[in-house]
Amino acid sequence: MYKNNMKIEFTTVSDNERFARTVAAAFVLELDPTIDQISEIKTAVSEAVTNAIIHGYDGGEGIVTMEGSIYDDTVEFAISDSGVGIPDIRRAREPLFTGKPEMERSGMGFTIMETFMDSVDVESEVGKGTRITMSKRLK
Amino acid sequence: MELLLSGKYKTLIVKIYGELDDRAAKDVKENVDRELARTGAVNVAFDFGAATFMDSSGIGVIIGRYKVARALGGKVIIYGASDTVKRIIAMSGIGDIVVVADSLEDGIKEAALNV
Repeated sequence: MYKNNMKIEFTTVSDNERFARTVAAAFVLELDPTIDQISEIKTAVSEAVTNAIIHGYDGGEGIVTMEGSIYDDTVEFAISDSGVGIPDIRRAREPLFTGKPEMERSGMGFTIMETFMDSVDVESEVGKGTRITMSKRLK
Repeated sequence: MELLLSGKYKTLIVKIYGELDDRAAKDVKENVDRELARTGAVNVAFDFGAATFMDSSGIGVIIGRYKVARALGGKVIIYGASDTVKRIIAMSGIGDIVVVADSLEDGIKEAALNV
């Protein structure tokens, strides 16, 4: 039984999108992931962190938290912010929906997370923040 | 990112180095739009051969350049993408509006730029 946990906090600077996905990739190395699995995890984490940075605080400053845990051969990441929250989670998860059409966002973030991870859960409350939890089993 | 102009095909070749994420997308957008206006090129060819990462921000920037090229009567080509990048492209459905090819030559042929 292998167990591990980590937690990092960073500010809403777009450089931290790369920082967070690099940390996520390093964290899962213990599980001997394939190159494809690393790419999938990096992309999914990047989507969640980019969401938190762009939408979470509406372009303003704030703190984003990323927690990682490994339990046996499954890795879970939780990315959370204490920002504006998502009023309609179901709509936000629809492919091609974007809350910021003026910014050339593709609206593909949740679709990519759902495709590359085994499970994606979204908890959000308007005015309180958003937490995206996603897991993937690395066989 | 490196920008090259193929005058013969009125095509701006955009070589992506490293990671195309939210941060890099802003640079690509600004530089490509400026060079399209400056050079008179109407087509954009994205070379992903040296790209190591792309997320949905990359899709956003490609869709944005598609709109710009279309307004100029041009097309968008993507070539040299890794399997993961190809999967993201397929997921997004942009394969229906841009040409996805293995090489620039194939892309130019498929987009019929020399007709």
